[in-house]
Amino acid sequence: MSLTKDKLITRLQTQAGLEKQESRQIVERVLEIMKDTLAEGDDLLISGFGRFSVRQKKARRGRNPQTKEALTLGPRKVLVFKASGVLRQRLNQQ
Amino acid sequence: MNKSQLIEALAKAENITLKKAEMVVNAVFENMAEALVQQERIEIRGFGSFKVKFYNGYKGRNPKTGDLIKVDGKKLPFFKVGKEMRERVDR
Repeated sequence: MSLTKDKLITRLQTQAGLEKQESRQIVERVLEIMKDTLAEGDDLLISGFGRFSVRQKKARRGRNPQTKEALTLGPRKVLVFKASGVLRQRLNQQ
Repeated sequence: MNKSQLIEALAKAENITLKKAEMVVNAVFENMAEALVQQERIEIRGFGSFKVKFYNGYKGRNPKTGDLIKVDGKKLPFFKVGKEMRERVDR
């Protein structure tokens, strides 16, 4: 069972004492702010959880694994996540 | 942007108190962290998914002293960016 956005909305409703509609709107808004921030290339640092950052990757020579044809991959930006020390410790307790 | 700035941006956008925004933002990440501790996957459409991977321990050497050291296995969360988000950051 995975934690989905719907489940997050339901849990927050109970934990924060919100109406379903309000919980949905707030969760969507949190995600929207996170996504807009990252889309602008800004990092997102959540203490106790981790850091999302946008990395610039250089162009590189690649190969199509199926046809083995050589091709050039252009420079691109990727989103990476690094878990905070606190979260890593919590995962590895016991 | 850090967590406090996220809280402020949320309070402003939703016209709610800072206290309420703080409670909600903390709850969102606490729910996510707890899911990972329980080995549960997280899937947020339009953003990405998280799962916990287990890395085996190994015996290594301290490159400076040459001492043999044992590195324990560990669990680490792994984030896979969603399609929509992957395209947005690269635009």
